[in-house]
Order: sequence, then C-alpha cells, then structure tokens
Amino acid sequence: MKAQTPMHEIDRDDIQGLLRSGYGHHTEACFLLLRIKDREAARAWLAAAPVTSAAMVERPVGTDASIQPEPLPETVLQLALSSAGLRALGIADDVIEGFAEEFVSGMDGDANRARRLGDVGASAPERWQWGAGQRVPHVLVLLYALPGHLDPWRRTIEQQCMAGFDTLACLQTADSLDREPFGFRDGISQPKIDWERQRPARDDAQLAYSNLSCLGEFVLGYPNEYGGYTDRPLLDAQRDTQATLPRAEDAPDQADLGRNGSYLVLRQLQQDVRGFWTFLDGAAGGDTDQRERFAAAMVGRTLQGVPLVAATKASDAAASSADLNAFTYQSDPQGLRCPLGAHIRRANPRNADLPAGTRGIISRLIRTLGFDEEALQQDLVASTRFHRLLRRGRKYGAATLAESLAGPPGAPVGLHFICLGANLARQFEFVQDAWLTGTKFDGLTAESDPQLGTRIPAPDGTPTDGYSIPQPDGSDRRITGLPRFVTVLGGGYFFLPGIRALRYLAAAH
Amino acid sequence: MTPQSHFTVVAPLAAGREGGLRELLDTMNSAPGMADPGNAMLPFGAFERLHFARLVLLGDPTLADVEAYGFRPPQAPLYLAFMGDCDGPARRMLADLSQRAEAGLRQIFAHCEGFDAHGDLLTWMLAHDTPVAANYVNWVGRSVLQIRQESALQRVLSAKVVRRPLASGAEAQAARRGLITFVEAEKQAGRLALAPPERTPSGWRIAKFANLVIVPLAGLIALPVLIVLLPWLVYLLRTRETSDPEICPRPQAEALQALQDLEDRDVSNQYTAIGSLKPGRFRRWLLSLLLVLVDYACRHVFTRGRLARVQTIHFARWVFLDDKRRVMFASNYDGGHQAYMDDFINKVGWGLNLLFSNGLGWPRTRWLILGGARIEQSFKRYQRRHQIPTQVWYKAYPGLALVDLKRNQRIREGLERERMSDAQALAWLRLL
Ligand code: HEM
Repeated sequence: MKAQTPMHEIDRDDIQGLLRSGYGHHTEACFLLLRIKDREAARAWLAAAPVTSAAMVERPVGTDASIQPEPLPETVLQLALSSAGLRALGIADDVIEGFAEEFVSGMDGDANRARRLGDVGASAPERWQWGAGQRVPHVLVLLYALPGHLDPWRRTIEQQCMAGFDTLACLQTADSLDREPFGFRDGISQPKIDWERQRPARDDAQLAYSNLSCLGEFVLGYPNEYGGYTDRPLLDAQRDTQATLPRAEDAPDQADLGRNGSYLVLRQLQQDVRGFWTFLDGAAGGDTDQRERFAAAMVGRTLQGVPLVAATKASDAAASSADLNAFTYQSDPQGLRCPLGAHIRRANPRNADLPAGTRGIISRLIRTLGFDEEALQQDLVASTRFHRLLRRGRKYGAATLAESLAGPPGAPVGLHFICLGANLARQFEFVQDAWLTGTKFDGLTAESDPQLGTRIPAPDGTPTDGYSIPQPDGSDRRITGLPRFVTVLGGGYFFLPGIRALRYLAAAH
Repeated sequence: MTPQSHFTVVAPLAAGREGGLRELLDTMNSAPGMADPGNAMLPFGAFERLHFARLVLLGDPTLADVEAYGFRPPQAPLYLAFMGDCDGPARRMLADLSQRAEAGLRQIFAHCEGFDAHGDLLTWMLAHDTPVAANYVNWVGRSVLQIRQESALQRVLSAKVVRRPLASGAEAQAARRGLITFVEAEKQAGRLALAPPERTPSGWRIAKFANLVIVPLAGLIALPVLIVLLPWLVYLLRTRETSDPEICPRPQAEALQALQDLEDRDVSNQYTAIGSLKPGRFRRWLLSLLLVLVDYACRHVFTRGRLARVQTIHFARWVFLDDKRRVMFASNYDGGHQAYMDDFINKVGWGLNLLFSNGLGWPRTRWLILGGARIEQSFKRYQRRHQIPTQVWYKAYPGLALVDLKRNQRIREGLERERMSDAQALAWLRLL
C-alpha cells in the first residue's frame, strides 16, 4: 500500500492527548486495570467516558504573549483496550483479527514471545501479579491530575465504572517525574513526531540520523517510515452506517478503526534499587565516584542526564533536553566514551540507513553492496528510524533515591513502563528483544542490557551477566556477575483508540 | 583451507506415512525443532565436519495461489528434505552419515516413496541429492574444527588477559607476548589446540577457477543477443510487473504459532520457505539466469563474512523443485526473525526483489529491484505465509553468532602473527 495524498488535516479532537503529551504538569497519576463484568454497563460507560483529546491539552505555540493559553484540564483520562477486552465487549472476531498479531495474542500469549522479551525465570508471565490468564486487564484507564486533584478524580471514575467493571488492580505512581528509581534523570530523549506531515510519504533512504519520525510510526492510519500504512482493521462501510469512524486514507471507501489510535505497551518493572547500588559499590571497591561512573557507563548518561558520548559539549547539568539530545554515536564507534552496551545506546543507537561514508553515488553504491570493509564493521545494528519508542512511563514507590535506599529492603519500587507505537513487532518487541535482551548487540558477547538483563545463561551455558567498558589503552574493563536488577511483575498490549473509534467500539454489536 | 559444501536429499513421502514420520522426527529433538546432538537416530554431534543440518517436510500451504492466474492447483508431492552444510565434499559427508548412522537414516527414509530397505543407502541418498541453484557460505574455508578451537582460545584468553590500562606500546607488546607464551604452554599441556589449516584441494581450486572464467564467457557470448532482445525483455518484465497479482494475505494464526514455537532457542535460527514461480517461461528463465549470477557472486565475491550488506547469514541456498515450477529457500541466520526480516528489507531489499519477485504473489516490484520487499507489511505477511516449520534443526556451535566467529578468527590471526606494531598489539588486546 502506498501513501496517497491529498494531505488531510489531523483531527486533534479525535486523538488521545497521550500521543501529544506525557502530562508532565499532571504529576499525580494512577492506572486502573479493569475487567468487564457487565457488558452492557461497560459499553454504556465507554460510550461516554470523559477521554481527554489532544486538542484539550494543546497549548498554543508561538511567541504571541497576548494569547492566553487555555488552562490545562485539572484532570485527564486516557483509555486503552486489550484484545481480551475487545472480545469481552463482543467485537466481531474478524475485526479483532485486523489488529496486529502481537496485540491479538497478547503479551502473555506465547512462550516464544516470553523468550524474546526476556520474560523468563523470575519475570515469567506465570509469576506475574497481573497480565496473564484470567488476570489480563480488559480496559486500561490512565488517570492524571494536577497536584492535589487525583484522589477525587479517581473516586469519580471508579464510581462510574462500578456497574460495568471489576478492578483488577490500581497501579499507583510516585509524584516526582524527573528521576527514575535508580536515581537517573529520565524522560530526556523522545522521538519528535512529524505532526505537520512535512516529510513526504515516500520510501527514501535516510543517510543521516534524524530524531523526526513519520506520523504513521506512532499514529495508525498515516504513512510510516516506509511510506506505507501499517495494518489495522479496515471495515466495509456498511459496518459503520452512522459514519462514526473516519475513512481510511489509503482505502477511502473503508472505515478506519485504527486511525488516530496507537498501540500502548504497559509493563510493571520492579527495580532492585538497593541491589543496584550495593553491587556497584562492591564493583567499585567502595569508591563513591567510581561507583557513579560505573552507573553512568551502564546507562550512557550521568545521573544528571549528561550523555557520556558528548560529555564535553553538554556538561551543564541544567542543560535542556534538546541540548542533552544533540548527539549521535558516530564519533565513538568503539564505545570509548559511551560503552556499546549502555542502556541508551542499545535502546536508540542513533544510526542511519547506511553506515557513514563519503558523499557521492559511488561510495553509496559500494556501501550498499557491502564492499566497504570499514563500513561493515559499523553496520551491525539495524537502522534506528524503524525502531523508535514514544515513552510515557511513570515510576512508582519511593519518590527519591534516598528514600528508596532508606526504606525497608524489598519495598516495591519501579517503573510502570509505557510506550506507544503503531507497530508492536517492529518497535517495542524489536527493541526489547534484539537490542535490550539480545546478547550479540553490536558485536558484544556474553552480556545483555546492564539494567534490564535477565542474567540467565544462554541455552549453551554462555553467561550473560557481564558488562564491558571499552578502554582506549587496554582490553575492555569487564564487570561480571551482575545480578538481576529489574523484574517484570505484569504487562500487556493495549490499543489506544482514536476517540471516534472508541465510541464505535462501545456501540458495535 | 577446507572448502564447504552442501547436500540436499529430497524425496517424496510414501502415501500415508506423514504422521508416522513427524512423530519419528520429533524423537530426535531435545526441544521443539532443536535436534539433540546425541540423539540415537542421527547423532549429528558425532559428525565433526557438519556445520548445520535440517530435516523438513516440504508441505506447501500456498499451492492454490496459481488460481489467481486461472490455473488449477497442481498435484505436488509432499517431500522430505534432508539438508546439511559441511566441510569437505558432500559426498564424503553422506558416505560418513550412511555408514555411522545407517539404521536411523534407513528408518527415516523408509517413509519415502520407492526407498529400498535392502538397497545401498548411500547410492539412494546420492541419487536424491538435488542440485542447488545458488548457495551461500558466510566464510568460505572456515571449518567446524576451526570454529570450535578458536572459540576455546577466545574464552581462555579473555579470562587470562590482564584488564588494566597499559602505559605504553611496549607494555601492549609485552602483554601480547605473555599471552602467546601462555597459549603455547596450554597447547603443550594438551588443553588447547589450534590445528593448522588443511591444504586447499586442487580439484576445488580448478573447479572454482573454471567457474570464474566460464560464466562471464558464456555471458559474453550471450551478450549481443541480450542487447538485441533487451527492449522486448524490458517490455515483458514491465507488463508483468504491472499486472501480476499480489497475494499477501495474513498467515493463519496457528501456522504462525507453529513457526514461532521453534524459534529463538539459540542465538541463531533457521528459515525454510517454499513457493511457486509465476507461471510462464519468462519468469522461469529470468529466475534461472539470476540464480546463476547470485551463485557466481556467492562463489567469487561474497565469500568473506557478508552477503551484500547482510552479515548474519551462516549458510543459505535456493533449490528448484518440480521441474522449476517451485523453489525452496533455506537459511541459517543470527538473531530473531523480526531482525532478519528488517535486515532483508533495509539492507538487501533490492536483492530479495531480484530473485523472489519471480515468485507467485510477491508484493509489486518496479524494474525488478524497487518496491517489493520495501512494501513492509505485505512483504512480512508474504514471507511468513511461505515459511514452513523445520522439524529437526542442528547447529554445531550453539551460542556462537557470526560476530563471535569473526572476532575469534581475528584473535587467532593476531596470536599467530609474527610481528605487530604497538598500535596493532593494542587493537588485538582490545578484541579480548
Ligand atoms: C526499569 C527499567 C528501566 C530503567 C530504569 C530505564 C532507565 C532509563 C534512563 C535513565 C534513560 C535515560 C533518559 C533518557 O534518555 O530519556 C532511558 C532511556 C531510554 N530507555 Fe529506558 N529504562 C528502563 C526500561 C526500558 C525499557 C523496557 C525500554 C524499551 C523496551 C527502554 C527504552 C528506553 C529508550 C528508547 C530510551 C531513550 C534512549 C535515547 O533515545 O537515547 N527503557 N531509560
């Protein structure tokens, strides 16, 4: 399917605000995991649920100070459904099967998926607190509020949901957003989405890394980085006689159930904060500076968020996110400044479609055919632009590092990891599998992500619990025997529908 | 240097024997699809020259696709394929197999049509060894023995090397010399072995040289004709490209699950796919010609760790079946399926189109190399729908990926180098 112009205006009233904003001002949040107990009551609530649209959270951009920005809504509700939820609502099977396979089978659905995502051992779905078997949420309700407003908001919504739903769990979050539980500044790097659709919808090679992603990478119904449309349910017009749904850009006589929606991945990642720092303390022989340097080497940023690869340029700890993001790894191919296996280097290698080389058609041809030996060494990692994640997670448990270190051992602290994307297989699953869990990322061996790794030896016995820090003047420094710092306690794949699609689903029989 | 070769024993199953064979094949595995190297039927691990092997039933779920052209689906037999990649001549490997695993192989092939329980096993296998249209070997000359010995070397050295900053080039040289002495001692003590490369067989060299010359010569002779015919050929290609039907529905959920059950149990995976050619002589000739060229490139150009930009394929082959009406593709690759497909699209989409666009239903191409595989979603559905489960799969070096093999090779080369500059010595230490 190729993109077809004309360009359509994007309907911000139809898009849930979460695609536009992480709700940074709404420091309070909690996530309700619901199961449908009464289908009709559930439908009635979904048909009218007060979902916040992108238009409602948009602040006018520009410098005209005379325009008073609309006040932010005090409270926000976002809503997503699992495939089990769609079934429980009575949505027809052939409609559900129009969604991505991963969504249809679910995060807990299959042993192969568990192997790929590293959901094995202590993180195996059989052990999850929620998200497997009878504990798969049908509906995920994300509530956000400005300080002091969450409790009444939550009570209101729970009241409204009582008739139709059972509450499986309510995931609490901590109010402070800027530091994740291990103590690192978080939420610095995000892809920039091409909302204006300035990038032509064409399949063109990109020879330089760019942080700009095509709209269709994150929002269904629009062209993606290949210039094509990601699969989603397209319905015959007679299944939508009221024209509740938008029409598909690439198939104008069909109703597009996906348009303006996205997939949402939620994973509850418990972090062993004390274990993390105790281990690093041991590895550093009690030297606190060294301990912090090790920690930074594992993430790829200092605790303050300064990227190791560009530490000299962005050394100001108060630098803005933009400053802290203006880098690639091209100047550090051996990982001497930022180790190849660092979390942010694995999660976003910031490379282009072709390894770097001189300009010109001949050089490009040589690299395309694989004749440039040097380029090949830099060509072990897949092209980044097809594997970006829009992160929307919130931490839970103690608000500060000091608190979680002082708290009782084993007190629950961690991350409710959330990411959005239009293609679960190519984005979240790929990054989690090939880049984070993979033990051969960029030619490394015997190690996976230093924070997230399961440390379970490979089937042939090769350990995976090491971490290599390349050195300019000798063999890699190697930390071994890393324990497991992060355990998965639950997870699920959800569809974050456009608001018209949500109303359609609530009414469909 | 020990050249690699391959065998592809293909035989139709006898009527009513499929279920029994499937059960039998499952007994060879320690996990779904993963051969137990010591299984009693065919103890793959006992054959030191065998890199990869697989047993697969070539059931083709897409036979009915020719209906798109108004043809009735052909009757195609269900084949059993026994494939392997080995060091040295395939004939020797098959002889070895038929000698040391005779009972098991007979038991397997007894499910095939016309298998003579009293006839000579080797003769039968050779008679069914199907020619391969194109074959790819990641690193021509790297033997199983070498891979295993170099991996042992890497493990020992990486545990031994002192991990501290070196003040000078001289220190790097000294560190390297120390490791060389250490390896010598380990070799003396019989704890490490590094067999010198075997002599390259002269027959292989001559055959390779002959191929190197003959293919371009034949091309040169055909060139004038091709040039004259070119406009017509282009016309034939373009009319077909603009009208050939795309057949890329979503694979059945159960079929997909059956494939995934077998995957990601090692750092490498297997891939077997099957499909029909588009009907007509044009595609048949075009694909035959292109496969000759691909085989030529694999033999003479892509022999050192890469197939164009793809560096994650150990071995791959294209095999014609049923008088060139169908093709089978089989490969062994590193990483997960999703990563493999993304590599295909992003790194060699053009090459994939060149060959597979002659297959029935392939996503629409333009000028033979554009479009096609780059139509991501159609391509991904297409290749999964044509993929078939590999019942038994063996890899001689579990846990090792091509990045390991290449690095270990460089470690060994560096160890055996007479002399190194300071910078080279440091670079070598950094490999450990
Ligand atoms: C408890 C688990 C995790 C912790 C503590 C953690 C921590 C961090 C930190 C400190 C950063 C740097 C801040 C920034 O660049 O914005 C970061 C970035 C990132 N993380 Fe994680 N993370 C976790 C899990 C994950 C998971 C499961 C994924 C994906 C599957 C992921 C994907 C990313 C990505 C894509 C980035 C941005 C990298 C970049 O663009 O440079 N993280 N993470």
